[in-house]
Amino acid sequence: MEFAQIGTIAGKEFWDRIRNRWVLAVALVFTVFALAIAYFGGAQQGTVGFRSIEFTIASLVSLVIYLIPLIALILGFDAIVGERERGSLDLLLSMPITRFELLLGKYLGLAAALAFSTVAGFGLVAVVLSTKLGLAELLHYFGFMISSVLLGMAFLSLAVMVSVFAADRTRASGMAIALWFFFVLVFDLLLLGALVVTGGSYGGEIFPYLLLANPADVFRILNIFALDDVRTLYGLSTVFPRALAEPWLLSLVMLAWIAAPLGIATWRFRQ
Amino acid sequence: MASIIPAPADPRIAAEAVVSARAVTKHYGAVHAVDGIDLDIARGELFGLIGHNGAGKSTLFKMMLGLTPLTSGAILIDHASVSGSGFRAVRRKIGYLPENIVLYDNLTGLETLQFFSRLKGAPLQDCAPALDRVGLTHAAKRRVREYSKGMRQRLGFAQALLGRPQILFLDEPTTGLDPEAIRDFYAILRGLRTEGVTMVLTSHILAEIQERVDRLAIMAEGRIRAIGTVQALREQMDLPLWFDVRIAPEHFDAVRTALGHLPISAIEAHDGHVSVQCRRETKMAVLEALATLDGRVLDLHVREPSLEDVFFGFSD
Repeated sequence: MEFAQIGTIAGKEFWDRIRNRWVLAVALVFTVFALAIAYFGGAQQGTVGFRSIEFTIASLVSLVIYLIPLIALILGFDAIVGERERGSLDLLLSMPITRFELLLGKYLGLAAALAFSTVAGFGLVAVVLSTKLGLAELLHYFGFMISSVLLGMAFLSLAVMVSVFAADRTRASGMAIALWFFFVLVFDLLLLGALVVTGGSYGGEIFPYLLLANPADVFRILNIFALDDVRTLYGLSTVFPRALAEPWLLSLVMLAWIAAPLGIATWRFRQ
Repeated sequence: MASIIPAPADPRIAAEAVVSARAVTKHYGAVHAVDGIDLDIARGELFGLIGHNGAGKSTLFKMMLGLTPLTSGAILIDHASVSGSGFRAVRRKIGYLPENIVLYDNLTGLETLQFFSRLKGAPLQDCAPALDRVGLTHAAKRRVREYSKGMRQRLGFAQALLGRPQILFLDEPTTGLDPEAIRDFYAILRGLRTEGVTMVLTSHILAEIQERVDRLAIMAEGRIRAIGTVQALREQMDLPLWFDVRIAPEHFDAVRTALGHLPISAIEAHDGHVSVQCRRETKMAVLEALATLDGRVLDLHVREPSLEDVFFGFSD
């Protein structure tokens, strides 16, 4: 493996997103949403203004869980199929670069762009709120930012996998949207439905572990707080056993969600 | 009509071959895009591959570059198999200009070359001279989005020249170029030839490259129909030629009589003229016989069929 080749591809992808202001636009979206949630998140309860970091993060989690997978899938779905459809892939592959290096370079460049806009967007909010937060609360918020980045990486990995499998860009975008629907909207419903249908009597104890089969749920569990009045905001993830809700363990699961689709994509791309 | 001329197994070329293909096939289901090709291209040779669109040229190119797996057979580039793990090192010695090149619209001309230069491990300071070589210095800082088709083609060619490749694969390199740019392009190729660079280029226009290449192969339906120097191909083909004799209808029989003693392969009467087909060695005898008809022949036109006519004629 030649890191220089990976770096060249990654660098191009990253700078492309900086130059076409993609990074700036996504960072601004995150900042605006985070600030709005921090200050107006309690408006339904008749209060306006910053309440607590737990409430803010809980509200942000439910926003980010929709937004980041969507942004990541849109960012990555044409990474390979786009080059193929435009006709620039053959020239790239005629260079002294392996398919794995090309794929990894693409992924890392896009991941850097996504991570940069996530950290910049939410980081700016942390700076604005810093006077109101103690060290422990800042660490909570920092954890939320890291888990958001991991969530983005996992869905970006799925997107790159789609871009390798799809025959053309139209199909790739369809597959990306289908993945978003499945993981973000349908998965928990199916799980919940199965729980209710079986009355929780059959295999009820494995349901919590099935949550690990969805990176969006892993992200939710990572951000659960002990605070009871916000736990209800996290829905199904609250059934997850506390003993397993170790951040390092969940982060490992998330890393597996990043590595596995990339691995499958590499296998397929080499065919 | 012309028969298929088998590729002569030239041991001299095979011994110093930089590109060597053996029994190469590429099948897409029932479609035989490339159907049993043997080919040797010697170091420093300027080699042309001619054929219609769909003849299999681009597929053969992609297999030579290791972009498309072979269905069967073997291809060695600089003694390395295109499907082997050692091919990465060979890629550094290869320059490739794809057919209808697509570059990145958002990069400038110079940035495009810098990107590919990094991938090839070539010095970045060679990018500006490469742009100059293809006459694009004035557009170095403009985005490719604003380039004309000809400029993109020239930028693609500059990209292929990065890293001083020893082998150049140029797929329809003159597409979109104006006559002046085509002339400049071949001037660059001649310069590279003196440096010992091996070049393989494709074209569907035989006339453009037949006087410019050392050897050429004519492809049709996935096979090589003929291979050799242009001179050798002409001689091997022994192409028949046609005389169109404009003459009044009442003298048609006089033409038949005058040519009666000659080995004529065909004679056809048309409205106002007679067409006579003969072999090249009979050409002067036919002319002398027609001269005996003196005042009756109103006009005379000799049709020399091109290699293109012959090869493409039966490949359709």
